[in-house]
Amino acid sequence: MPESDDNHRPLVEFRDVSFTVNGSRPIIDRLSLQVQHGETFVLLGESGCGKTTTLKLVNRLLTPTSGQVLVEAKATTDWDVIRLRRRTGYVIQEAGLFPHFTVEQNIALVPNLEGWDEARVRQRVRELLSLVGLDSERFADRYPRELSGGQRQRIGVARALAADPPLLLMDEPFGALDPLTRASLQKEFADLKARLGKTVIFVTHDVREALLLGSRIALMDAGRIVLLETPAGFVRSGNELAKAYLETLKNDFVIAP
Amino acid sequence: MLEFLKENWSDILAHIAQHLWLVSISIAIAIAIGLPLGVLITRRKRLRSPVLGVANVMQTIPSLALFGFLIPLPFIGGIGPRTAIVALVFYALLPVIRNTVTGILGVDRNVREAAVAMGMTDRQVLFQVELPLAMSVILTGVRVAVVITIGVAIIAAEVSAGGLGEYIFRGLRMNDSRLLLAGAVPSALMALIADFGFSVIERRFDPDTQRGSRSRRPLRILAAAVLLLAVVLTGYATWRGFKNRASSSLSRGHVTVGSKDFTESVLLAEIVAQMLEAQHIEVDRRFDLGGNLSHSALVASQIDLYPEYTGTSFTQILHHAPITDPKAVYDQVKREYAEQFNIVVSPPLGFDNTFAILVRGEDARRLNLKTISDAARYAPQWRAGFGHDFMSRADGYPGFSRAYGLHFAETPREMALDLTYTALASKQVDVIAGNSTDGRIAALDLVQLQDDKHYFPPYEAVLLVRKDKMLWAPNDPDARAVAPLPQVVGKLGGAISTDEMRKLNYEVDGLKRDKKIVVHEWLLKKGFL
Repeated sequence: MPESDDNHRPLVEFRDVSFTVNGSRPIIDRLSLQVQHGETFVLLGESGCGKTTTLKLVNRLLTPTSGQVLVEAKATTDWDVIRLRRRTGYVIQEAGLFPHFTVEQNIALVPNLEGWDEARVRQRVRELLSLVGLDSERFADRYPRELSGGQRQRIGVARALAADPPLLLMDEPFGALDPLTRASLQKEFADLKARLGKTVIFVTHDVREALLLGSRIALMDAGRIVLLETPAGFVRSGNELAKAYLETLKNDFVIAP
Repeated sequence: MLEFLKENWSDILAHIAQHLWLVSISIAIAIAIGLPLGVLITRRKRLRSPVLGVANVMQTIPSLALFGFLIPLPFIGGIGPRTAIVALVFYALLPVIRNTVTGILGVDRNVREAAVAMGMTDRQVLFQVELPLAMSVILTGVRVAVVITIGVAIIAAEVSAGGLGEYIFRGLRMNDSRLLLAGAVPSALMALIADFGFSVIERRFDPDTQRGSRSRRPLRILAAAVLLLAVVLTGYATWRGFKNRASSSLSRGHVTVGSKDFTESVLLAEIVAQMLEAQHIEVDRRFDLGGNLSHSALVASQIDLYPEYTGTSFTQILHHAPITDPKAVYDQVKREYAEQFNIVVSPPLGFDNTFAILVRGEDARRLNLKTISDAARYAPQWRAGFGHDFMSRADGYPGFSRAYGLHFAETPREMALDLTYTALASKQVDVIAGNSTDGRIAALDLVQLQDDKHYFPPYEAVLLVRKDKMLWAPNDPDARAVAPLPQVVGKLGGAISTDEMRKLNYEVDGLKRDKKIVVHEWLLKKGFL
């Protein structure tokens, strides 16, 4: 990643992007946005609002019907798609680890695809395991099914970081975890990203998570961004939908008589 | 039984090897076709239902019908292992294709999406993620295919492809349970072992139970053993093929002798074969061809001659309505075979093997039955059991029951001809339609009822020979003809009486003696060698 001259330009930019399947109602409707280097850009919304689709447009799991998605100032359709994806970490709910690979093989996936030498791969796996708080002696040779949900998700993050990509795409990575594990992972991840300085696009429907992790929060509805604010601005805004989300935080503390 | 095993163990082993060879080759081909095809139709959704549909239909074709289609075809058809392998591949394809598709489509969507998003190419996703994760399902398909193939390969004996089916068909024909067991037990064991073996391998590949790579070692050993076995068997088959070809160039000619799948036909074919061999002609025996396969094979030049009956040719092949004058039938068959098929009909061999309506001796004596008309009175209290042939032919059951006004207690049971004798003797049925020269008539104390209304057309035994094998042209170096053939065929004209034929049949079916020896003794006695 050429850091010097590109730092002022957005890492990811959507220009008037629409995405439609078979001529039905657009899932993404003329969306424009810019994600800056080093920020954590949260896409917040209900299921069906288009936030996951937006994410998949970035690493070209999907291609825009119209408009352009630019990564490092180059349209995704102009990228060699394999290169684009190897430079983009991807973390999904349930982690999507390969069940027939050990933890070590899972984390080493992209480095191995990139043809790193064996010693460097081993070294990197050890680094990453300790980065996500797991003992490499104990975990390297295990299979995913021998891990807890929280451990699997840590491995998912480690795998996404393995080849040191400048950009991380995360699709409700902590959504399927129990509340306590989720809370501790959220906190750890907040520390981690502060240390690593990665650019992150983060999809969630949990407003608490959005406020905790986001540099900016894009509130989505029906394929459009209805509000784009910092967490502080989000709390203060008069937007109806934002208020409805904030209501849910209060409701958490209501105990039925 | 032990004695039987001691005498025949090497023969049984050879048949097991043959069976294994048929199954392994067929499965290898089915995998080589089915796996890529399965992968392809996970990529091309529109091809999926047509491909699976065709494979489905292929599996429903009855094996005998399939052989009937295949015999006249060039390259994939003919008589022998090739046809059998083509048919076996047909049956094995569906489970392989279907399970490849099911396995690959069953891979967790998240896992596939992660693989793509990590920047794996299509090929990497297929080989590193989809196939390994689908492997246990695919192996289940292979296991099903192997078990099916081991079973269907039994039928391969019908087109002279060898294998354990030979024992089973021979055992059925001769009513010999030792032969039946010699075929059935090894094939059942084979199926069980394959089933068990594959389920062990499947479990190794199941991503939910997989342990570290150490546990893969027994798997590798097993794979190596299977590979070794395949190499040895293929080597053996090649060597055998080479040996056959090498020896054929030294002989004075080559004749492929066919026969139908019952004792008498095999005996007649063996008689011709031994007489030719005495003249240093190399003989390829393609015996036990089921249904009307022998006719198709003769027309397609897969065999050069086989024994037939004039009445069968007249009604079954030429599709004429049955008539009763033997001379008229013979003349018309001879003329039409020459015109339509270029096939020579030999002079009658001397006996008639017509349908024999048979009842138990005790019944015949108790009720004083001599003719079919005598028996018609009792028909309403009787059950009948008839072979498939008799039920379906123009001169068979429909016309027969009309001619004699027969009405049985229930619809006749349709079963394999050989089983009707046993069924009659054990009182499962009360009347059957056998062959008049069958040795079991005397052996089982059965009585043949006279055809007093002369319903059945004549069934004089003859040899059908390809004309190009008979016309010896000394000046034509390309001629396929074999010089001693017309002489052998001429010698057999009128040489076998009904009594003699019945005795020969009885030696084999009743006394369980070896066909080759029985034929050899008879030829010596006749002075034909």
